Amino acid sequence: MSHSPAIGVLALQGAFEIHAKRLAELGATTTLVRKPGQLGALDALVIPGGESTTFLKHLEHAGFYDALDAFVHAKPVFGTCAGCILLAKEVTNPPQRSFGVLDIDVERNAYGRQNDSAILTSETSLPGGPLEMVFIRAPRITRVGPSVEILATRDGNPTLIRQGRLLAATFHPELTEDTRVHQLFLNIVREVSSSL
Amino acid sequence: MALNNGNSTPDSNGAGLRLKTGLAEMLKGGVIMDVMNVAQARIAEEAGAVAVMALERVPAMIRAEGGVARMASPKLIKEIMAIATIPVMAKARIGHFAEAQILQSLGVDFIDESEVLTPADETYHIDKHAFTTPFVCGARNLGEALRRIAEGAAMIRTKGEPGTGDVVHAVQHMRQITREIKALTVLGDEELYNAAKVHGAPYELIRMVAKAGKLPVPNFSAGGIATPADASLMMQLGAESIFVGSGIFMKEGAIPLDVEPWSKGDAEVGLCTTKDVGQPRNPADRAEAVSRARAIVLATLHFDDPKIVSEASEAVIGSMKGLAAAAIEEKDLMQTRGW
Repeated sequence: MSHSPAIGVLALQGAFEIHAKRLAELGATTTLVRKPGQLGALDALVIPGGESTTFLKHLEHAGFYDALDAFVHAKPVFGTCAGCILLAKEVTNPPQRSFGVLDIDVERNAYGRQNDSAILTSETSLPGGPLEMVFIRAPRITRVGPSVEILATRDGNPTLIRQGRLLAATFHPELTEDTRVHQLFLNIVREVSSSL
Repeated sequence: MALNNGNSTPDSNGAGLRLKTGLAEMLKGGVIMDVMNVAQARIAEEAGAVAVMALERVPAMIRAEGGVARMASPKLIKEIMAIATIPVMAKARIGHFAEAQILQSLGVDFIDESEVLTPADETYHIDKHAFTTPFVCGARNLGEALRRIAEGAAMIRTKGEPGTGDVVHAVQHMRQITREIKALTVLGDEELYNAAKVHGAPYELIRMVAKAGKLPVPNFSAGGIATPADASLMMQLGAESIFVGSGIFMKEGAIPLDVEPWSKGDAEVGLCTTKDVGQPRNPADRAEAVSRARAIVLATLHFDDPKIVSEASEAVIGSMKGLAAAAIEEKDLMQTRGW
């Protein structure tokens, strides 16, 4: 047996603690990542929700942006909300810098302000029945490329997508007790590490 | 009777509360900055603030100028909401549910039922369950925090002593809340009923805190935080995010730094050339505000790395002069407002 994969949770700001808690519930050990030097030891990374403008500001320091850019182009990464925005090819409302590794376009705050935040439950491609999706000042995926697999939707727009070793959600699976989305990411991480 | 206001639905099934604390969760590890105009809001967002608090006067000015401090004008709040991509918060007076209704109808992302403003009700706080918009409330101790949570607050912050630049009371309040939580965790079930009486808080919440060892909503810090080191201190004491009020945009004598750019109007009346439009009117003041905003954001992220907090401190130009909280007369304290 190989060692269990080292999974990092980007902890610049936002919902990093709950992500780490959910992954721990599934038996994974995680590291909170605040500095670029920590990326080298990791097999996979979660980029949580928070404020994407704040993330970008912090990434300006100490070559963090470039280090993370290289990481997301090579390893399994799961981005939720702000994390999904950072991974996208193009960001609108307003346009901002992103890693461009996921072949999708994303519109920030597309469903409105906090009063328009919502919890919706619907069928998805994940087995096990309807999935609860918590949307908070959520972005909308407005375009997906041919290599992107759509796993869940809201009014026809994708909300959970996979592109090979990359997983992204516009909602917050970490804010529910349902661990299926995190389990899916752990499965992706295991697939990737066993194929090496 | 529940106050119903337009699109609000009381969160009987807890879905509303989860959305409210969910947004608070997204703000963790960040800095929420008081801003009084669009120029300040832009600086805050560019510096990496996770949210801005739109208000007419920061606490240091309210303290210096006196008078009744009320909710900011809807016009100002709308202007700031129009340019900010990060969440916008605004303050309502304690108990003033009509101000809160206005803020909710404007679509602000968080309402601060705040002791910084002049209280509107000396007995009752706002029934926050009646709103879709989440609320943050100040607290000095566990009982106060749990009373606010019982009323529907989705985030708690220490009160500290606002507008002073003196962190001593934020420290005291954070330490007290932490100490009281710790004490609950070692009590037997039969002792929790009495704890509820002692703290003046609902038994169910006391029990929840005793089991979890933490508040059921995020716990942030506010009130007198003025420097990168203050932010680091509060984070190390257990704050999950930092509110900075007067510390960024104020200079001595409760006067704001001039961070406005030259406008077209200025050029038309000959105050500047058309080439200057959009450039800072007072580059030194602007640079000072930007340096403070950036430094506090950086120190909040790397609160446990003294080397980075030190670098952040070094990058700061000037600082708020401040007012020792011990020199303030009891009647002038803001933290004693709220019940």
